[in-house]
Amino acid sequence: MRPNQNSQFRNSQLPRGLGRWSFGRWECAAILLCVLAAGCRQDMHDAPRYDPLEASPFFRDGRSARSLVTNTVARGGLREDDHLYQGKVDGQLTDTFPMPVTAELLARGRERFNVFCAPCHGRTGQGNGMVVQRGFRAPPSYHEQRLRNAPAGYFFDVMTNGFGAMSDYAAQVPVADRWAISAYIRALQLSQRATVDDVPVDRRPELDQAPEVRLPPGRPETPPAPEAR
Amino acid sequence: MPQIFRRSANSYARLSLLGALLLAGGLIGLIMAIGSSSYVTRANEFIEQPIQFSHLHHVGDDGIDCRYCHTSVESSPFAGIPPTKTCMNCHSQIWATAPFLEPVRSSFRDDRPLRWIRVHDLPDFVYFNHSIHVKKGMGCETCHGRIDEMPLVLQQNSLQMQWCLECHRAPEQFVRPRSEVFTMGYRPAVPQSVLGPQLVKEYGIQSLTSCSTCHR
Repeated sequence: MRPNQNSQFRNSQLPRGLGRWSFGRWECAAILLCVLAAGCRQDMHDAPRYDPLEASPFFRDGRSARSLVTNTVARGGLREDDHLYQGKVDGQLTDTFPMPVTAELLARGRERFNVFCAPCHGRTGQGNGMVVQRGFRAPPSYHEQRLRNAPAGYFFDVMTNGFGAMSDYAAQVPVADRWAISAYIRALQLSQRATVDDVPVDRRPELDQAPEVRLPPGRPETPPAPEAR
Repeated sequence: MPQIFRRSANSYARLSLLGALLLAGGLIGLIMAIGSSSYVTRANEFIEQPIQFSHLHHVGDDGIDCRYCHTSVESSPFAGIPPTKTCMNCHSQIWATAPFLEPVRSSFRDDRPLRWIRVHDLPDFVYFNHSIHVKKGMGCETCHGRIDEMPLVLQQNSLQMQWCLECHRAPEQFVRPRSEVFTMGYRPAVPQSVLGPQLVKEYGIQSLTSCSTCHR
């Protein structure tokens, strides 16, 4: 009695077409499968293009980043200026800079020196950087007489072509930065042999004051109490 | 005709409606939780590399600046993976015969690049540029964590959009002086609530949250 009544109710009350279509387990499974399969596709995450330095099966050496054909010169990239690119004037290493030596250039030089040179040469240029302390052959101090007499172009030349155990930094340090570093090396050399005569007369009294301890802003002497959150 | 359902069926019906709602909500919550979990984002997972290069040692112990190897980080979208020659700058002399470093030496000898496994890999539909973040005073540490304490680099943040927006909506909470961008373990000398808005103004930092900032 009961099932009969039930089926009558279904046929009469529900709109035609929906009532007959039963939503079975197969349909459920199909929809679920579609949803799950859609989640697996990563096409948009990994588009058909190369990220920088991505590997490529297309080229024999497996690199997507192609190196330049030897002796290629980019348009406008011909390095004709011997002073700027080799530190030489008339074939001789020069003591002059191809750009004006400004406080800005020296500041840039200090920053780059501390990044690329200080690991071996030390921050004061004495040749006792951390990598030397770990066993690298110690470079000469910038403050020895031979290097104090060396022209600025010499430092540029060593950075560009390497010298002894030091490999060249042409790829890591751009040309302008190499000159900035040369200028900063000159400043370091001056700093280690400075005399009272180098200080302007009106600023000499400052020498008698106790040096102001300036810690880098990021590292307070005592760590501050953790902020309450 | 007898009643099919008892009176209590009303309560069951209401309860089951409520239950269905809770279940649906719970399911959505579960899917979201799984989606942002480190299982999906692969955060906090050490990734094996061809050589176990230790940032802990090179950055933490030796104090080598990030830019010594990642030279293009200030000038290009891509921070740069150093060529093997950069390794050989030091390892031509230090540990020059260590068997551990043989893959480096053979890479240098044969001019075959080392195949490092990328740890921080954004989806290709996201545009990201390192140089602008560095110029605006975003520290490496803010996104990459204490690299100087990682023996093997792991991704410390989810790199999901929500995480990017945390900073894009409120850059003053994360910005630091340009001189401290490459510092690890940075603590602001004055409270961030004072320094942050100052730097945002000084560096002209905009809160860019339009879709096309990153999806272009």
